[in-house]
Amino acid sequence: MSKIKKSNYMNPYLAGILLGLVVIAANFISGRSVGASGAIKSAIVAGVETVAPAHAETATFYKEFNEGHSGNPLNSWLVYQMLGVILGGFLSGVLSHRLTWKVEHNPRITSRTRLIFAMAGGILFGLGSQFGRGCTSGSALSGMAVLSLGGFISMMAIFGTAFALAYFFRKLWI
Amino acid sequence: MGPLVINEIISENTNLLLAFFIGIGFGFVLEQGGFSSSRKLAGVFYGYDTVVLKVFFTGAITASLGLLFMSLFGWIDLNLVYINETYLTSAILGGIIMGAGFIMGGYCPGTSFCGAAIGKIDAIIFIIGLFIGVFIFAEGYPLWEGVFKANFMGYPRISEFFNISEGLFALMLIIVAVMMFWGAEWAEKKFPREEY
Repeated sequence: MSKIKKSNYMNPYLAGILLGLVVIAANFISGRSVGASGAIKSAIVAGVETVAPAHAETATFYKEFNEGHSGNPLNSWLVYQMLGVILGGFLSGVLSHRLTWKVEHNPRITSRTRLIFAMAGGILFGLGSQFGRGCTSGSALSGMAVLSLGGFISMMAIFGTAFALAYFFRKLWI
Repeated sequence: MGPLVINEIISENTNLLLAFFIGIGFGFVLEQGGFSSSRKLAGVFYGYDTVVLKVFFTGAITASLGLLFMSLFGWIDLNLVYINETYLTSAILGGIIMGAGFIMGGYCPGTSFCGAAIGKIDAIIFIIGLFIGVFIFAEGYPLWEGVFKANFMGYPRISEFFNISEGLFALMLIIVAVMMFWGAEWAEKKFPREEY
């Protein structure tokens, strides 16, 4: 292969330092750190409480959630933070001219295949994030920043499994 | 001084407002780093693009080192900072399920929102999947509540677990990270792939 075209992204080490500063700011201001899956959990709880209030009152998951939270589940730190993530990602996309509707996929597979696997991957990640009490952001990155044992276990389990399975899903990516 | 909200230097409402700005910073950095692209994210598992490893580990060592120094200077009380609880069984099980989701979907939750923010339709579908996955967990909760709560270890720091100082562990983490960066740079030259 002669020449590999590179997109215009920030130097990854610089991006990493800035990411670290965001995590430090979150800990300094709020005594906690960034996350993503927790906001989805809040949205699911809020949705079920609205659509099926009787079910939300009796099912264990929602009862346990409400024991640890008061008020509207959407009025939470992670929900506001995730709204910020969407805006921040959008602003970055505007600045770097990356706004475009597309299904990003390897030309060797169809868009349809890509979307099927995106859906399957999303379902698994959503399910796994609940077992893991947080995802790559909330459990692995944030946990590692405060040297939490759980953060390192999450990180190794997530990346280790993905590496172990990479061979079987190679057609999706290479 | 820090954490500001726990020491009541700022109010709870200010805290929620600042969460929004922290999110803007988080989303902006992730997108600038290339985390809005599933191709780049999955690249680390094949070696053609290791941006995930570089950004993630640089972020982790910057944050842990920064917090340790801030604690040393008395700017933040790390005893008041939230440390993730460790339930060994479900942490490993969850990580395995997430790892499978990562290699199939090409995103993780935070990055999928960045991808969606710039118009990636695959990221939007991934997010719909996330909601379905969390809903399945919630509705099936009685089935796996036992597993979910098994082997609770408290809120240990990894340095306590290995019985070494936090500073020494952070140093070891940096050394491991630098070796991985070296491997990552080598892999990108060894397994290049055309962008799509």
